Parts: sequence; C-alpha cells; structure tokens
Amino acid sequence: AGEGSGPGPGDGAGPPAPERVLFPPTFSVSEIKNKQRRHFMFLRWKQQQRKEKLALKKKRKKEREALGDKAPPKAVPKTIENQRVYDETTVDPNDEEVAFDEATDEFAPYFNRQTVPKILITTSDRPRGRTVRFCEQLATVIPNSHVFYRRGLALKRIIPQCIARDFTDLIVINEDRKIPNGLVLSHLPDGPTAHFRMSSVRLRKEIKRKGKEPTEHVPEVILNNFTTRLGHSIGRMFAALFPHDPQFIGRQVATFHNQRDYIFFRFHRYIFKSEKKVGIQELGPRFTLKLRSLQKGTFDSKFGEYEWIHKRREMDTSRRKFHL
Amino acid sequence: LCPLQVVWSMLGNRQFCSYKMTTKTQNFCRNEYNLTGLCNRSSCPLANSQYATVREEKAPPRRPCFVLLCHPALPLSLQVLLSKNYEKALEEIDENLIYWPRFIRHKCKQRFTKITQYLIRIRKLTLKRQRKLVPLRRKIERRENRREEKALIAAQLDNAIEKELLERLKQDTYGDIYNFPIHAFDKALQQQDAESESESDAEREEDEDDDEDVDKREFVEAEDSELSDFEDMDKLETSSEEEQEEEEEVEKKASHSKSKGKTPLKGPARRKRPHIEIEYEEETEPSTKTKTA
Repeated sequence: AGEGSGPGPGDGAGPPAPERVLFPPTFSVSEIKNKQRRHFMFLRWKQQQRKEKLALKKKRKKEREALGDKAPPKAVPKTIENQRVYDETTVDPNDEEVAFDEATDEFAPYFNRQTVPKILITTSDRPRGRTVRFCEQLATVIPNSHVFYRRGLALKRIIPQCIARDFTDLIVINEDRKIPNGLVLSHLPDGPTAHFRMSSVRLRKEIKRKGKEPTEHVPEVILNNFTTRLGHSIGRMFAALFPHDPQFIGRQVATFHNQRDYIFFRFHRYIFKSEKKVGIQELGPRFTLKLRSLQKGTFDSKFGEYEWIHKRREMDTSRRKFHL
Repeated sequence: LCPLQVVWSMLGNRQFCSYKMTTKTQNFCRNEYNLTGLCNRSSCPLANSQYATVREEKAPPRRPCFVLLCHPALPLSLQVLLSKNYEKALEEIDENLIYWPRFIRHKCKQRFTKITQYLIRIRKLTLKRQRKLVPLRRKIERRENRREEKALIAAQLDNAIEKELLERLKQDTYGDIYNFPIHAFDKALQQQDAESESESDAEREEDEDDDEDVDKREFVEAEDSELSDFEDMDKLETSSEEEQEEEEEVEKKASHSKSKGKTPLKGPARRKRPHIEIEYEEETEPSTKTKTA
C-alpha cells in the first residue's frame, strides 16, 4: 500500500512513517523550491534508495542459497588493479632478455656480492629540524649509512669525492617549507639516478603503537608489485641499498610496496607466532614515494640522459594506467 | 626664465612627469638616462642641458658604456664604451667630462662602480648552482594526495607484508631458526606416513594430530576456529618448552623485548593467557582424539 507523497501541501511539519511512502516516478527532488523541504525530501529519497538496495541484496542472497551448488559463481568486483591497462613492459619471470640485462647492468656487482653498500645521506641546503631528524632515523634504518650536512656544496662536486671514498649510493632529501618532500637516489659508480616526490613522512614518534628503536641487525627487504621493466630497475635500486645477507635474528624487515605507482616504505619487526600467523610491529619512519624521473648516469640535471620522466599530459590521461 | 628652468618647474615640481614615481619618502625617476635614479633638479635628464650617464649595454656582453647627452630631447647622444680596466675607465670618465660640473662627474663614477660590481656578481652566480623554483600546481597536488590515500587503502600493507613473510617461512629461507613442524606436516600429508615421519618427541605428536584434525575438518568452520585457537595456544606452550629445552636465544630475546615493550602486541599479551587456559584444553583434547580415531 503506497501513498503518493509528492510535494503536497498536506505534509506539514510531521512526516508520515517512512515505510508507507513511495515516490511517484515523475517526482524529482530538484523541483522543490523550498530548500529545507527539498533537503528533507532528498534525505527521505536517499533512505528509500538504500532500503531498495538492501532488499535487492537480500533477494539475491536468498536466490543463491536456494540454488545451492548450482548457483553461478560470485561476481568478482572490478578494482583498479583488475582493470589496469596492460603494460607491454611487464616483466615475465622467465624472460631471458630481462635476466641477461640484469646480469650486466649497474647493479650486477651488488647482486654478485662484489660490493658492500655504503650510503651517504644528505639534504638540500639548510635543513630544518624535521628533515634532520628524518635523516637520522633513516640512517638507523639503513645499515652502513652516514649522514653529512650539505653546506652549500654542489652535488656535482660531491659525487667524485663520494666515489673516491667508496660510497655506493647517495640519497639527497629535498626540503621545502620545513618538511622533506623529495628524494634523489643515486647509485654511485656511474649508476642510475632516480628522483622521487616524497609525501606523508612520519617520524618515529608520530607512529602509533610503535616498537622500540631498530637495532643494528641487517634487515630483510620486501619488494612488492614491481612489475614492469621500469619498476624492476627501481626495485633493484632499492634492494641495492641494503646489504645482501639479512640477519634473521634481528627480525626486522623493510618493505617497499608499490601500489598504483606509489611506493610505500615501511619498517617492521616481525614475530612468528605459529606457522600460519605472524605479528608485525611498526618501528622506524615511514614515507611514500612517487617516481618522477629516472636518469641514466649520476646526477646531472642539464645534460643527463633521462631514461624516464613523468610527463603529466601524456601519462596521466588514464586512471587505469600505471608505469611502475 | 631659462627654458630648462621652466621645464623643471613644470615637470619636476608641479605638473605631471611620466617618469616620476613617488613614494612616501622619495621621488624616483624612471628615465633610462637618469644618473642617480632620483627625481631632482640636478639629476633630471629633461631639465638639464648638459647631462651624462653611465649605463650598461643592452646587448649580452653587458659592459658599462658612457653616454653623453648634448640635449636630452634630441636623439643625438654620444656613447663611449669604457675600457675593461676599472681604473682606466674612471680616468676615461674624467677625461670626457673634464670641465663638467663636479656633481655629474662624481655621480658618473659612482654609477660606473655600481654597475661593474653587479655585473661581477651576476657572472659569479651563474657559475654556481642555481636553484630552480618549480611551482606546485594545486589541483595536481590535491589529486595526487587523494590518489595516494586510495592507493594506501588498496595496498593493505600489513596483510601484504604478513603474507610475504609467511611465504618466506614456507620456502625455508629462514632455515632452522623457527622450529614449526610444518615441514614434517607436509611430508606426512604427501607420503601418508604420519607416525613414522613425525619426530619422536611426545609434544610434537600432539601437534601433528591436531594438524590432521584441522585438515579433515576444514569445511566445518566453527570447529576449525576453535581447534586452531587451541592449536596456537598449544604451539605457543610447546614451542616455549622446546626453546627452553634447546636454549634458543631467539625466543628468549623475543620474550625479553616483549616484556620491556611499552605497547605489547596481541601475541605476547596472549602469552599470559595460556598459563591459565591450558588446563581447560587438556581436558577436551582426549575427546577430539577419540573422534578422529
């Protein structure tokens, strides 16, 4: 039994009970001139929509149960990851060409265990307190790393000195308005340079339910979701920051998780409660990175050879297209 | 009245001069030939018959050159490129303005000095690193922040990390550190020699039976969860016993760190409970065993 409750004058301040109300199909909320009344009608319309949706769901569930085994399989919801535009450069794990490239690129010495990573962390000029603290925490997370202040020195002059002192990687944290917002990661003996935009930096004290300080043990590294060729090379860059043999006694793990071109960095301590359950506790800073450019040689913004730059107009056209 | 004086009385003092810029404290003159930059009777190029300036060339090799104006209104002006040598250039100014009023000579030399100094500074700065300011585009920043949030939600980082760690455990990357009987369990499944393959420790036999129970009962969810809970408690208890027997440093370290931790995990918090509940479990265990048998 439905009452047509249109914008009639009969409905005064007291609305009738919602169950009895049905909106006639020609009714449109936007035609009411009075704002309060319109708002009220809109809310009621929304409630009704929700009820209908719930009823539909219940009906479907009943049908499914009635059919039992013969029910059609549940529909998989579409996610952005499902709908991702297929990238031609996706790495196939058995690809020989990729394997050959990786055996001969700049990270081969690291992966062959010929070099031990030694990292130099620095900032842009005149870092403010937050950046300084972030650098210190980053230095505790990455083993064998040193923080140096940049007192106005040019990067092009620092790099030969670093190479002379056997550093393998250089990290420059760019600062703007007292917060770190960019990261330049350069593999030193002539390696690629990646420039990232850094966001949501949380220092250790800002993380809730955090554990104690990270110890000196070498952490494990988890690299998730680096699928394309570009992603693969970036993943290798990150892996090259950490020494090759993690100390499992320390039970620390550093994670670089790529999701929709955003790389999330987290640092955890884990404990295996059983073979099917593991507990993790977050220590250490966290931040997210988004790749802006990848350059072939060491840092040279004017004359360097860029392997990949993020070009907004060409690359941001589709919401389902990702490059990493 | 001298016509230039008329000019001055009109422009400078009273009426409109398009080169004149007034501020609260001073009047400036925007005329490009002005020597001092201020709007004065003596430095107004329009109101002086004899006038000279020093200014830099517009073209790229910016050098100071010397301009002589016979009459400011007329386009005729003499331009002299001053020499590159600082002292020589000063002498040249003096030579060219030999009988001119002191004021103009002095100001010319001052202006020349200023120009040379700022040109030097320009050249030095271009050699150093130049900071390029890249403007942030607000719409894009907002878009990227929003997408980052959504990506974070989609990533489900904790789950992903836990899954990865468990996989690594399964693939035996940790070696002998963790003594979960999963490998023995797998072998038992494949070769169907449960009792012969299991270790001789009595504690581990109990665990194996529980595993088998779980396996057979997977389709019944309620019982499975109970069993798995008890299983965990069991394993915690048994594992702690094992480690105490074998004196593994790992677990001791873990327990130490957990006891000192400020915010305890769910795991260690649970540890306190089994000490009370295990007695309850052991009563029910014989019943489950009889069911499988």
